[in-house]
Amino acid sequence: MSELPGDSPRNSSGEVVNDPQRKRVVAASFTLGAAVGLTALSFGLAAVSAGASVWQACALSLFTFTGASQFSAMSVVGAGGSVATAFGGAALLAVRNFVYGIALASRVSTDAQGRRRSLPRRLLAAQFVIDETTAMATAETEPRLARTAFWVTALSLFVTWNLGTLVGALAGSLLDSRALGLDAAFPAAFVAMLPAHLRTSRGRRAAATGAVVCLALTPFMPVGAAILVAVVGVLFGVKP
Amino acid sequence: MTMSMTVSMTVSMTMSITGGQLWVLVAALSLFAYLCKALGFVVVGSRVMPALVERCLALIPASLLAALVAKDSFSTGQALVIDARAAGVAVAVVAVWRRAPFILVVAAAMAVTALVRTLG
Repeated sequence: MSELPGDSPRNSSGEVVNDPQRKRVVAASFTLGAAVGLTALSFGLAAVSAGASVWQACALSLFTFTGASQFSAMSVVGAGGSVATAFGGAALLAVRNFVYGIALASRVSTDAQGRRRSLPRRLLAAQFVIDETTAMATAETEPRLARTAFWVTALSLFVTWNLGTLVGALAGSLLDSRALGLDAAFPAAFVAMLPAHLRTSRGRRAAATGAVVCLALTPFMPVGAAILVAVVGVLFGVKP
Repeated sequence: MTMSMTVSMTVSMTMSITGGQLWVLVAALSLFAYLCKALGFVVVGSRVMPALVERCLALIPASLLAALVAKDSFSTGQALVIDARAAGVAVAVVAVWRRAPFILVVAAAMAVTALVRTLG
């Protein structure tokens, strides 16, 4: 920062209020959160076409609140899978949030003075530990900007994600899903989520193995179970 | 099995669990996802994990998302099929490659699938 510390007005937590860096982070985080939240329109539509009620689609977005797992669970349910297989694949996808939590802990669980936030506040923040908040917060090196990025992304995404789900689910309950090609919404959504994981050769090997294993086993296993076995792709990715 | 699969293909999506079972799934998944988030964020915190474990965890989405693409594009129940969805997914791949926004990728795939189905 170029200005002297005493020059800018500060808020109650001692952070500078009139602050161009902070404005940049707020704008970027808000835009990303709102844009990604729109994705939920397709989740609401697809979930209802796969057999969920409007309330079940909304409950998934409010409480599960991690997109890939939500899509995965409803994709397996829609294909005729059991609760166990739908849970298995979605749960494995949710495990990455554990890793994100570790990455975020040192950045957003302290206040401006470096003191640890209260336990209730950290437990609340945990619900927002997802791909987008992790990406935005870890992109900032200054802790105060990382905290701003985390919370602005979290809240704008949470609001649009849940509104999008509700609107999509209501629309889905009125429409003929097959005539609209809604069954293609799931694979298209997964295609759109993949590139971030294909940047390394390890990721590409893991992905290729996962797809091949899944198709090879699909005829011989209960619906959705091949997805779980496909996780062996990780072993092909992890070897040097 | 093959017979029943052929019949069920006329309805593209068939839920075989009850609404009550789906609520159980919603609750279990919400609880599990929250535990994952909180365990990393609140409990483990900034402690360092073994590099191999971290690498394995980071690769899970690549394997699973690719498997989900394969399953949702080329299977109905246990049967492997190539139908209108394959065209929709092909368009999705091109759209993603051209860096189209998520909602456009999904909309294009749906439109092409519906179109191929109407023409076919």
